[in-house]
Amino acid sequence: MSLTLINVLAAVIIAIAFVAANAAYLVWAERKGAGFIQRRPGPTENGPWGLLQPPVDGIKLMTKQLLIPGGVDKIIFVIAPVLAMFPSIVSFVTIPFSDTIVAHNINIGLLMIFVFGSMSAMAILMGGWSSRNKYSMISSVRAVSQAVAYEIPMLITAITVVMIAGSLDLMEIVHKQSGGFWHWNIWPFQKGLFNILMPASFLIFFICSLAETNRAPFDLGEAESELVAGYHTEYSSMGFGLFFMGEYANIVIGACLTTILFLGGWDCPFGLFPGVWWFIVKIYILIFTFIWIRWTFPRTTIYSLLNLSWKVLIPISLFNLLLTAGLLKVF
Amino acid sequence: MSEPIVLQPDETFILNVGPQHPATHGVLRVKMTMDGEYIYNAETVIGYIHRMHEKMAENRTYPQYLPNLSRLDYLSAMAYCHGYVLAVEKAAAVEVPERAEYIRAITVEMNRISSHLVWFGAFVMDLGGFSPLMYAFDDREQILDLLEAVTGSRLTYCYFRFGGLYNDVDDDFIEGTRRFVKRMRKSLKMYHKLVTTNVILMKRLMGIGPVSAEMCQRYGATGPVARGSGINYDVRRNEPYSVYPEFDFDIPVYNEGDSYARYKVRMEEMEQSLRIIEQGLDKLPDGPINPEKKPKTIKLPPGDYYTAVEAGRGSFGIRIVSNGDKSPYRLKLRSPTYSNMHLFDEACRGMLIADALAFMGSLDLVIPEMDR
Amino acid sequence: MFRYFNDIFSGLWSLFIGLGITFQEFFKPKITIHYPHQSIKMTARYRGHIELIPGEEGQPLCVVCGMCEKACPSNCISIGGEKPEGSKKKVLTSYRLDFTTCSLCGSCVDSCNFGAIRFSKEYNLASTRKEDFHFDLLKRLEESKQ
Repeated sequence: MSLTLINVLAAVIIAIAFVAANAAYLVWAERKGAGFIQRRPGPTENGPWGLLQPPVDGIKLMTKQLLIPGGVDKIIFVIAPVLAMFPSIVSFVTIPFSDTIVAHNINIGLLMIFVFGSMSAMAILMGGWSSRNKYSMISSVRAVSQAVAYEIPMLITAITVVMIAGSLDLMEIVHKQSGGFWHWNIWPFQKGLFNILMPASFLIFFICSLAETNRAPFDLGEAESELVAGYHTEYSSMGFGLFFMGEYANIVIGACLTTILFLGGWDCPFGLFPGVWWFIVKIYILIFTFIWIRWTFPRTTIYSLLNLSWKVLIPISLFNLLLTAGLLKVF
Repeated sequence: MSEPIVLQPDETFILNVGPQHPATHGVLRVKMTMDGEYIYNAETVIGYIHRMHEKMAENRTYPQYLPNLSRLDYLSAMAYCHGYVLAVEKAAAVEVPERAEYIRAITVEMNRISSHLVWFGAFVMDLGGFSPLMYAFDDREQILDLLEAVTGSRLTYCYFRFGGLYNDVDDDFIEGTRRFVKRMRKSLKMYHKLVTTNVILMKRLMGIGPVSAEMCQRYGATGPVARGSGINYDVRRNEPYSVYPEFDFDIPVYNEGDSYARYKVRMEEMEQSLRIIEQGLDKLPDGPINPEKKPKTIKLPPGDYYTAVEAGRGSFGIRIVSNGDKSPYRLKLRSPTYSNMHLFDEACRGMLIADALAFMGSLDLVIPEMDR
Repeated sequence: MFRYFNDIFSGLWSLFIGLGITFQEFFKPKITIHYPHQSIKMTARYRGHIELIPGEEGQPLCVVCGMCEKACPSNCISIGGEKPEGSKKKVLTSYRLDFTTCSLCGSCVDSCNFGAIRFSKEYNLASTRKEDFHFDLLKRLEESKQ
């Protein structure tokens, strides 16, 4: 009993450290990536290549005054940023990085990640609603309708993969894809079923994870040029910092999930040396794509976003679900 | 947005956009009455940076007023200066050498491109795309470098003088400008690929903020805003001034009247400006840049004078009432943004706030020019 | 139905083209200059604040005609001169420039018929005190001589 407790504690601490380090350095990577795309060097002043920028930013944020504006709903206002960060840390506990590196594998890991994933929309709603700011309120309303619209296609595509794997266990899903890149779920060459819609499914899942994490071009909640800063307009100091880190932690989770479901997890593309490094390489390629997309496209609007979800993503993913089910039955 | 939305006037709240807001680019305040995300009514509040430029003219001599013109529209300062010197030259009957006229046209068109580039970048940034701004600024930097080498200043040029210019251009400038024209053509292709044909941008702009030709006429809107609504009016063509009749260029006109039409008008105007610059460089005559006989003090004969030029944002008019003094009795500036902006109140009703801000961006407002 | 799929594919294609362009830009050389560490040379015609041009012996060429004072739109130049005994020419005793109101229009340099003033190339001017921008150009000239 006590050993399990220590295990879990250690896992949680490692998860927190991993999330925090990732969130901090993803901010650096984002700025550096944005800089390179815009033909400027990005942060350079602190440390070599600006590598000391995240700790400096962190200290700045922590030492700032935590301002609670008058008239806000205090309890909700304070809870919201914690709630933005907490689910992403918990989600990390169930994500397997390799056969052996996993904090606590449970057989409904995927379900649990989705459950905690939906909580981030809750945090945005609470933060925006309690701020007593009209911009924040509009932003939180937007974020919720966005979350509802994008959870559905995301779940449907995930169910497709679950049907192929026959399990909700993330380990199991990866094991089913092992043995070279042609076995990955992204390709339509699954044993016995030639489902040509699988690449589309991958794309849908990727788009949905963009929308779920409130990243550009779906950053309607933040919408800098319309809603100033959206739901975190009124937050200062670490309140803002937690929202910010929560966003980046969600990106990491989105990338991990996409890797596990579609890109074969820690499986090597050529069937050699499977190991945690492949997983890391894959998630960072995906994260780079997140950054790359953000600095390329303009923002969508709320109705074109909902149109995309209800008219394109959901029909296609539903059709794919039916097709996969049929193919599984026939072969 | 296929069916018109019936808004409830009794369930509204008031949203103050500005005077400090990322999308208003300056100190414009819009008081929006919102029904959810839909705008029920909007009221623009202007005048936050009124600097009484018109009154200042009454206390200054004609040459002393020259630097003020660059401070109206800081993005296309050349065109405003051009309008003023043309007005005074016409009134005081000052001859302008041909070389000076050509150099004026070239620099004004370069300035127009740089102004449109800033608009392009800022507009796409309003829509949430950040990188095009940096690319646009990179191209604009080339123009500013060229103009700085000639005029000595990067933004508030104050380059034109009555009857001529402040400085002559050199071969470096001509060569550099030719190089820039080539480079800019390449960049424009890139912008079209990256932004114009982007599906997200098209979805956001097509059909958004329709402005009819009738409405443009009612509010006196000019420039790309009117040309995007099917009004074929360009001062350079309709009331030719300077050496513009000698150039071969097209006036892009679109009939849709939506934000995308205005976007395309400006993008094509850049191409036309490049054509004008090329022709100007080819035709550039030798000779002096200032008239041999220049009146020592400029005094306009008593009367009422009006001149209009095509500035980056539309028709910029300047009316000088003189009573024969060294300074004008009254000077009135007709700034295009002022008229263009007033479309906003009427046109944005029933729009989503995101669309309204995209629409505002497509009007290309420069607040200091509007407030004067 | 065809239009539906056509819209999706053409839309996706335009997005991929955009991604391709930014990916190319990613590897292009950087174009910015790191200002405090690097700086560029100002062009020959750069309009900084004005300064007096030294003559052959380092004396100012100014004859105190007051044209620049009159030409200035914002009245930021004030000059003083006196006639020493036995001399026909006025001699410059003070040339003050109030840089806080100067708009760098160049009217003063334009109006000078004796070629006595020019633009400096200074652009790194910053201070928290207003008085630092009240320049005494005659003093500057003497300092530059040494």
